[in-house]
Amino acid sequence: MIARQNAPVVRATARPRLVAPRALLHLCFIAVLLVWVSPFVWIFLTAFKPSAEVYSQPLALLPSQPTLENFQRAWTNASFSVYFLNTVIVTLSTTLIVLFVTALAGYALGRRAFRGRALIVAILSASIFLPQGYTIIPIYDLINRLGLNNTLTGVILASAGVGFIIYTFMFSAYFAGLPGELEEAARMDGANIFQVFFRVMLPLARPVIASVFILEFLQIWNSFLIPLVLTLSSPEKRVLGVGMYAFSGQSGLDWTGLAAAATISLVPVIAVFLLLQRHFVEGVAGAVKS
Amino acid sequence: MTASSPQPRRARRPRPGLLDPGGDGWCYLFVSPMLLLFFGFKLWPILATWYFALFDWDGIGWPQKFVGLGNFAQVAAQPLFWNAFKNTWIYTAGLLLIQLPLALLVAIALNDPKLRGRTAYRTLFFLPVVTTTAVIGVVLVILLSPAGGPLNAFLVGQGLVERPIGFLSSVGLVLPTLIAVGVWKGFGTVLVYWLAGLQSVPGELYEAARIDGASGAQILRFVTLPLLRPIAITITALTLVWSLNVFDHVQVMTGGGPGHASDVIGTYIYRVAFTVEDSIPRIGFASAAGVFFGLTNLVIVAVQALAVRAARGKGRAA
Repeated sequence: MIARQNAPVVRATARPRLVAPRALLHLCFIAVLLVWVSPFVWIFLTAFKPSAEVYSQPLALLPSQPTLENFQRAWTNASFSVYFLNTVIVTLSTTLIVLFVTALAGYALGRRAFRGRALIVAILSASIFLPQGYTIIPIYDLINRLGLNNTLTGVILASAGVGFIIYTFMFSAYFAGLPGELEEAARMDGANIFQVFFRVMLPLARPVIASVFILEFLQIWNSFLIPLVLTLSSPEKRVLGVGMYAFSGQSGLDWTGLAAAATISLVPVIAVFLLLQRHFVEGVAGAVKS
Repeated sequence: MTASSPQPRRARRPRPGLLDPGGDGWCYLFVSPMLLLFFGFKLWPILATWYFALFDWDGIGWPQKFVGLGNFAQVAAQPLFWNAFKNTWIYTAGLLLIQLPLALLVAIALNDPKLRGRTAYRTLFFLPVVTTTAVIGVVLVILLSPAGGPLNAFLVGQGLVERPIGFLSSVGLVLPTLIAVGVWKGFGTVLVYWLAGLQSVPGELYEAARIDGASGAQILRFVTLPLLRPIAITITALTLVWSLNVFDHVQVMTGGGPGHASDVIGTYIYRVAFTVEDSIPRIGFASAAGVFFGLTNLVIVAVQALAVRAARGKGRAA
């Protein structure tokens, strides 16, 4: 009892002292985060420096004579315009395919107890836990047999095979929770299944669509192994990550060129992230909860 | 659900058509593209890795020279495989021991709703997650370079070290450096997971503990950590799987070097299967190495399943 009575007193004396730790906490965070984001700061500022300046003053932050010449070198000479276009094509196509495929399957799995549903759910769930080992070898073999090696179609198809199971479950859980009245009303009006799905149900799933779009976009924009392996002998089919890797091998000393190329690769995905960051973080957190 | 079963007595509509929303036929149509992706790029690759591992095969045509467990014996006799195996586990252990507790600490600090700027802090911690590992890797090679790289220029300039440090070129430092990069890159994801877990702890429990006079450390020890156990198991398992599959930044930053000092399973298999270092690709052998490695994942999954069961059992008992 005595302890309880004392508690408010203890707090009252502790409060002024709490101010110092909080300021200290902010100081720590700011110090850590300055180091944390320093590579990005370096990339963006170096991309505007004349190449001689990087070596003469490696620690200078701001370029003394800003130039766009590095971007021109990366964009045209080092084919980053091509890599950029390839990345956009691969990322958008893969994301749209995966969205479409998982929304369709999630709708059927979430709303109908059709024959075989339980089996499909069981196989999908079990395969999440199956050890994948290094399955890139059979994926390469399959794409090769389909005659799609060294094509963007091959990269898109193989990329679509990554991570879609969890999205299917996300859609299925969401559709299962929707009320049936709207669906039934559409049915009474004589709508066929595509009309029910595309006009009525899919628009209701906007939150899941946003999460899946963001997670998949991020994953594919940043992917490296699949596009690397599937475009080994056709440089013109590279995506940004693979192009950057190849570029660094050819011109390891062109630091400002590499910084400009990195800027070209990073700015879109960082911009998308900053615009949609709330959804990004919720999507990631949601994926671990389900 | 029961209403959707076909009713054969009605003569006018003996069975719903494929596209009739009332029937089940469309369900098969709707799941088939997903199943196609699943069999082609999930199930078949898993099964095929095991199958290919039984053949001496260069990847051309179909595997024909059956060698049984011969590839496995070869893999087990390869010092370079065990070197990569060991490095992968050192990397994984480093990530588990550094990233998980550090991210939890930061998450606890950021979980305070009264802390100003917490969204900005979280965003900045998350920034490396959204950027391409391969691109960042190339840049980090420059930043860490002993020949005029900014970090070494700073260290030498401040008199902190006498000579530039070969973060990626010295055998003893390369793996710790790659671990640090891995921690930096994945920190934001683990942080968000911890935050999601912390938000599921009911606020009344903290209140109650505070009224009982518990200190911050006691609250952490007796309230927060026990309640986080289920999500902690999930986060540990995810970190394990990610770090065992590490490839992108190791391939880009060191390619496994110097002298295989940073070779991990990912770079090892990539080299054996896809580069012409050994004149002919040894797909069967590489698959066997993959299966070997997959078995490690299987053990982890089994252990995780047991841990989840144990954690749930404890929760029920309490």
